[in-house]
Formats: sequence, structure tokens, C-alpha cells
Amino acid sequence: MNPKTLVQSAARNKMLVVGTLLFLTVIGAAIFADNIAPHKYDEMNIQKALMPPSRDYPFGTDQFGRCLFSRIVYGSRIAIKIGLMVVAIQISLGVVIGLLAGYFGGKIDVVLSFLTDLTWALPPIVLSLAVVTVLGPSLEKVVISTAAVSWPGCARMVRSKTQSIKNMPYVEAARAIGESDLSIIFRYIMPNTLGIVIVLATLQLPGAILSTTGLSFLGLGSQPPAPDWGLILSEGMNYVSLAPWISIFPGLALIYTAIGFTLMGEGLRDILDPRM
Amino acid sequence: MFKYAVKRLAVGVLVVICASVLLFSIMQLMPGDPIRMIADPRLPPYRLEELRRAWGLDKPAYLQYLYWMKNLLQGNMGTSITTGQPVRQLIATRLPYTLLLAGTALIVRYVTAVPLGLMAAVGAGTQVDRILVITTTFLMLVPGYWLGILLVMVFGVKLRLLPISGFQGPASLVLPLITVVLPGLGGTLRVTRSEVLETVREPYVLTAYAKGLSERAVQVKHVLRNAIIPVTVSFFLDLPWLISGSVIIENVFAWPGMGRLVWGAIQRQDVPVVQGVFVIITVLTVVSNVIGDIVAGLLDPRIRMEIEEAGE
Repeated sequence: MNPKTLVQSAARNKMLVVGTLLFLTVIGAAIFADNIAPHKYDEMNIQKALMPPSRDYPFGTDQFGRCLFSRIVYGSRIAIKIGLMVVAIQISLGVVIGLLAGYFGGKIDVVLSFLTDLTWALPPIVLSLAVVTVLGPSLEKVVISTAAVSWPGCARMVRSKTQSIKNMPYVEAARAIGESDLSIIFRYIMPNTLGIVIVLATLQLPGAILSTTGLSFLGLGSQPPAPDWGLILSEGMNYVSLAPWISIFPGLALIYTAIGFTLMGEGLRDILDPRM
Repeated sequence: MFKYAVKRLAVGVLVVICASVLLFSIMQLMPGDPIRMIADPRLPPYRLEELRRAWGLDKPAYLQYLYWMKNLLQGNMGTSITTGQPVRQLIATRLPYTLLLAGTALIVRYVTAVPLGLMAAVGAGTQVDRILVITTTFLMLVPGYWLGILLVMVFGVKLRLLPISGFQGPASLVLPLITVVLPGLGGTLRVTRSEVLETVREPYVLTAYAKGLSERAVQVKHVLRNAIIPVTVSFFLDLPWLISGSVIIENVFAWPGMGRLVWGAIQRQDVPVVQGVFVIITVLTVVSNVIGDIVAGLLDPRIRMEIEEAGE
């Protein structure tokens, strides 16, 4: 597909347009948090604790009188950062393992496919729980352990795509002119798996954000006073009757972000890979 | 079929072994001296040395692993560092609650989502289909713990209709159940819908029509019979996800299951309890995956053949 028709079909795809708009507002909030947020995320003001939404505090305040709107705006930085990190690690692992297993086949495929099946069978979350028990709560460890068990889906998809690409005439031609295996994998095959990988990465992002936020909600990821959405939600749990806004708004922010990425992913899928 | 089942089972056992090695290795990363977690560090050094020997901590790691494995196979999971209770007993009192919640949720999800999926597939492209798919996809993006808190606010705090914490009878099950079921509807609905739509395009469905079978006979005997296979399999594959997902949800409702147990254990670095729960969840995961595979083989000879031939 040439670039011009690609842009045209992108502009016609409503899901993609709306999704991109939502996504851009979240990215915008993350980048310009200093300008958007009326207060610092850790600025306390005990006199104004647990106030409902007002003009000065659009989302109200929490038990320390911190501005919830500002905390949620700053929190978008954490959400985007952890989402991207989890997906980057998971996709790189998945792509490399999928490419190697699909291209070489034979024993390498057997070993890598077993590794994929094994990881697939590990219960989600549980690895993160084990790691956090041993090394103590930390966002980085939650990110790494979440990514470490979430790559098999991508590996399987890239593997089967590689298997179908490696017999294409242009790959034969590359082999005939004496290109090395590595060069064939990374210069001829990988670029052709990029479409599905981009779609997959976009669709995985909401899940990555939701599960890492879930661990922060349990107090195992981000630590106070970080404006992590999951952490704010869990703080709000103690005030469900006094100050419901504390837990309502971070959840809405999560859903907003997740909808943005999902629409974008589904839209991209329509354009890049209509068969999927 | 027997050979196929044995093969699946062997893979399952291998997965459990690998997972236990992984868990054991993670536990080795624990900073500091494990004996100080078990015993009072103010004890005299010779006492600590004795204890170390008694616990087998002076042995190389692989021997420690085998020792741990041996105990595990005999049903001995050690004792909790904080309460001194046997881990097996702790888990035995909590597991039924987790299984009650996850099991009921699984059944309610399939009983609701499969008919809705069929409805969407029959009306594919219509307004009904679109509304069903969009609503359930939206629900997939709602974080369960947030939904839980919202339900607590509305039904527990405002309306005071339902209990929000702990387990005091069937009414306590309602809110956690809704929280677990709603986000999961979308996945099952989509699987059902796409399987039906794919099966309809199969050549054997065309053949069935060509033979002059009635619309109803084709739909029930040819389309539904085949489309339901992957849906049944996913029923078993979903159980582990529900059990691990309950770790978070149980903590919203103070549900007395394993999720709450493990959460408390993590706070206190109670390693034996975390290990025990990890092992139980892994075994449950593998068992339901193996059952799913075997059911798939039983229902669909094509899958059975593929696996049996691949191994030749």
C-alpha cells in the first residue's frame, strides 16, 4: 500500500481518528503536566482535606488536601511510562524469539516453542507477586516481572508470520545472493512483521497499564507519594463514603486511556492487516 | 486418544517442574540470610548454625530444591513464618472461597456471554450485534478493582443493600461476582461470535445445506456443534486467569480467599505462604490447561490427529 492511500484510509477510519485524539490528550497531559496541573502532585494542604470537586480543585482533594486533578495529570506520566516499558520489553522478547523459532525451525523451534508454552502456562500476576515478596515492592520490578511473562502471544504470532514469509521469493533471492541468516532475518523478514507487531503493541498497552496499576493498587508497585493511578485508587478505598471522588477519577482516567489505545489498535489493525 | 492425553499430561508435569525451579530460584534472590527470617537473629551463633543445619540451609541449592520438592510431594508446605501455622492448613481454609468465587464467576460468565455471542453472530452486522460487541468491549477496559469500589459505593454505602466485606452468606457473593464477571464477558462473547461466523463459512456447512437439510438442523448439528468446541476449551483456559485475577478483587471485598492470604503474606515477607500459594495456583493453572487440551481432543478429532502426528 502506498503512503498516500494509507493516510487516506487512516483518516476515514473513525476508530483510529478518535483513538488517536484520546491518545494525544493523554500524551499531552504527560508532557505538559507542569503547565496543566494547577498544583504540585505532592503539595499538601491539610485545611483543605477531602474537599469535593470545586473550581480550584476540579476533581476535589484527598486526605492530605492534595489536588486530585493535578495528581491524576502527573499520574499520566507513570501510566504511559510503565505501559510503554512493559510493552517494549514484551514485544522485543516476543519478536526475537518468534523470528528465531520461525526462521530456523527444527531443534531451535522445539526449544523456543517449549519456552513459549511454558511461559504461557505460568499464572499471570503470580510471578510479579513472588518477585515483589523477595525483593520488596517497586515499580521497576513489577514492570520487568509483568513483561517477563507476557511475551508468548507476540512470539507465537511472529513465529507463524515468519514461517509464511521465509518461503517468499524475495527471501529465496536474498539467500541466493549470499546474504547471511541474520541479515535475512532482520533486513528482509522483520520489516514485514512490523505491521502485526505495531497492532499487537497498541492492543497490549491497555492490558499492561491495567495490570501494573493493579499491582500498585495492592501496594506492591509505586509507593506513596507517587501519583500512580492505582495507588490513588487504593488510598480512596478508605474514604468511599466520605470522599468517593478520590477513587472515581483515577479509574475514569484509566478507562479513558485504555479506550484511546484500544480504538487506535483496532483502527490500525483495520488498515495494516485487514485479515487479522 | 489415550496417547494424546498422556502426552498433554507429560507436558503439564514438565511445566510444573520448570515453574517450581523458577520459583525456587526467585526465592534464592532474597537478600540477607534466610535463617534470620526463621529464627531470632539475637540467638548465639552456634544456635543459628544448628538451625541452619536443621533446615538444610547449609546444603547446596540443588539439594535444597530436591528437599523442598520431596516435602511438597508429601504435602508438607512448611509453616508460616508469622503465625506458625502449617501452610497447607492455611491454604486449605482459604482455597474453597477462592474456588467458590472463581468457579461461580466462570459459570455465570459463560451462561451469559455464550447466548449473547450467538445472538451477536446471528445478527452479525446489525444494530444488536454492534451494541453487544461495543458494550462488552468497553467492559473489558474497566479495571475490576475500580468497578468493585464503585459497586461498594452504590450498593454497600449508599443503598445499603448488600454486604461489602468478608463472607457472611450467599449475599456476600453478589458484588464480588459482578466485579469478576462483567469485565470478562467481552472475551467470551467475542470467541463465541467469531467461531460461529467462521464455521458458517466452512465447506461442510454448504454441503449440509446442499443435501437439503433444514436451516435449523444445519445450525444446530453442523454450525453450533463445531463452533462450540473452542468455546468449551476456553472455559477451562479461563479458570487460571480468574484465580490469579481474584488476588486483586478479593482484597477489595476482604474476601477470605487465597488472594487475601497471599497479599497479607507479601506484606510480612512470609515466604513459605507465598511459595505455597504460588505452587497451588500453578498446579491449578496447569491442570485446567491439560483438561482443556484433553476436552479439545475429545470433542474434535482434528486436534487429536494433529498432535499425534506431530509427535511421530
